[in-house]
Amino acid sequence: MSAKDKRKNVKAEAEIGFVTTISFPSVGSAGQTGSWRIFKPVKNEERCNECLLCWIYCPEACITKKLSINYDYCKGCGICAVECPRNAIQMVKEEKQ
Amino acid sequence: MRLKDLPEEELFLQGSAACQGCPGSMALRVAFKALGRNTLLVVIASCISVLQSPFPVSALDLPVLNMAFASGGAVASGISAAVRRLKKRGVFTEEPTVLVWAGDGGTYDIGIQALSGAAERNTNFIYVCYNNEAYSNTGTQRSGATPYAAWTTNTVSGKQEWRKDVAQIMVAHNVPYVATASLAYPMDFYQKMQKAKSIPGTKYIEILAPCPPAWKFPSEATVQVSRLAVQSGLWLLYECENGHTHYTSGTARLIEGRSSAKPVEEYLRMQGRFRHLFSPEKDEKRVGEIQERISGIVESLKFTAKMREHIMDLEIMPRP
Ligand SMILES: Cc1ncc(C[n+]2csc(CCOP(=O)(O)OP(=O)(O)O)c2C)c(N)n1
Ligand code: SF4
Ligand code: SF4
Ligand SMILES: [Mg+2]
Repeated sequence: MSAKDKRKNVKAEAEIGFVTTISFPSVGSAGQTGSWRIFKPVKNEERCNECLLCWIYCPEACITKKLSINYDYCKGCGICAVECPRNAIQMVKEEKQ
Repeated sequence: MRLKDLPEEELFLQGSAACQGCPGSMALRVAFKALGRNTLLVVIASCISVLQSPFPVSALDLPVLNMAFASGGAVASGISAAVRRLKKRGVFTEEPTVLVWAGDGGTYDIGIQALSGAAERNTNFIYVCYNNEAYSNTGTQRSGATPYAAWTTNTVSGKQEWRKDVAQIMVAHNVPYVATASLAYPMDFYQKMQKAKSIPGTKYIEILAPCPPAWKFPSEATVQVSRLAVQSGLWLLYECENGHTHYTSGTARLIEGRSSAKPVEEYLRMQGRFRHLFSPEKDEKRVGEIQERISGIVESLKFTAKMREHIMDLEIMPRP
């Protein structure tokens, strides 16, 4: 269920007189946090030796164990690029939409 | 054990409300991997209350109770008692882990009474303090964990006192397990969390959490700052099991002389909260005081380690 659907659900519950104070787990609970980004991590597949350091250090869990970056939620903090021992990730300025 | 052996499942969901480069979310991810889904989480008022995101959604894929600031130890005691009773009734096939997650404000200052009580009763739970050395959530006020000379909004020319050491206060409670951890050494942290899960009774783990907005460094440097804290000898990594302390990871390398300590100045210079120590000119006195204190501790640890080996060789003391 998306965050939006959940908000709708809670609204519906409130209308029928049942108000819950429980939050439900959801990806994107603070919205598409990818829009916070100023710099974007771009990976050079050839340099990567799959050490998994970027996976474990990404504070947002935006890099999967198969090492693909989810740009919908990546906040562009730059930790993956700094910690990559093989310089396989570069931070590139985002283009204006 | 290696990084590739860590579970893939994420119980910290992407798209949370945490700041860029947040140490809290980084620590939560690793801790959740170590403890797994069968965990009951108590979050004490802190940034973690906020980064879960606003009602009715949450970035934490676990049962979570958000509780009042001073209550970590007390709430854990209640939950732990309930778990024990439900286990007797055969409600669980596998007993859940009770985990309290609190900031340094919620641990060093306002929550220490409840924590001390729970520890004295040897309540069965894990208490994690993620120590960002200030009240970050309310805009960086000083706490008992704020280090000497650090800027906060109410120590504008640098804190005048040294920080206290709650991990050692917990060691003095004689709980079965106390450990310290660093974000730069995730395997070390993971293994300590796993060990804590396997031991009954009170477990206290404290992880240093360099916070970009409060410590004033760029978001990309969270892990670098964490690493320098260990490499300089300022943050010691150890675990204390039933009163026996042994140093781990980067700190063990320092003490055994396999690596030499980096100057603390390197660590201080990375952070805007220490800027007044270096501009307009270097404050030799305070930087010197900090370095001297750290060097003193590292040297005494080296000495103790040597003495212990020596004494064990003589076999006049029973081996632990
Ligand atoms: C009794 C009480 N006093 C004050 C607050 C406001 N408050 C909420 S979080 C917080 C700061 C917590 O600091 P810390 O425990 O270090 O966690 P951090 O924000 O640094 O993650 C404060 C003062 C509160 N929730 N309850
Ligand atoms: S820039 Fe930060 S949030 Fe984005 S993938 Fe890298 S570590 Fe994760
Ligand atoms: S202020 Fe610090 S601890 Fe709080 S959410 Fe931001 S980075 Fe994390
Ligand atoms: Mg804090």
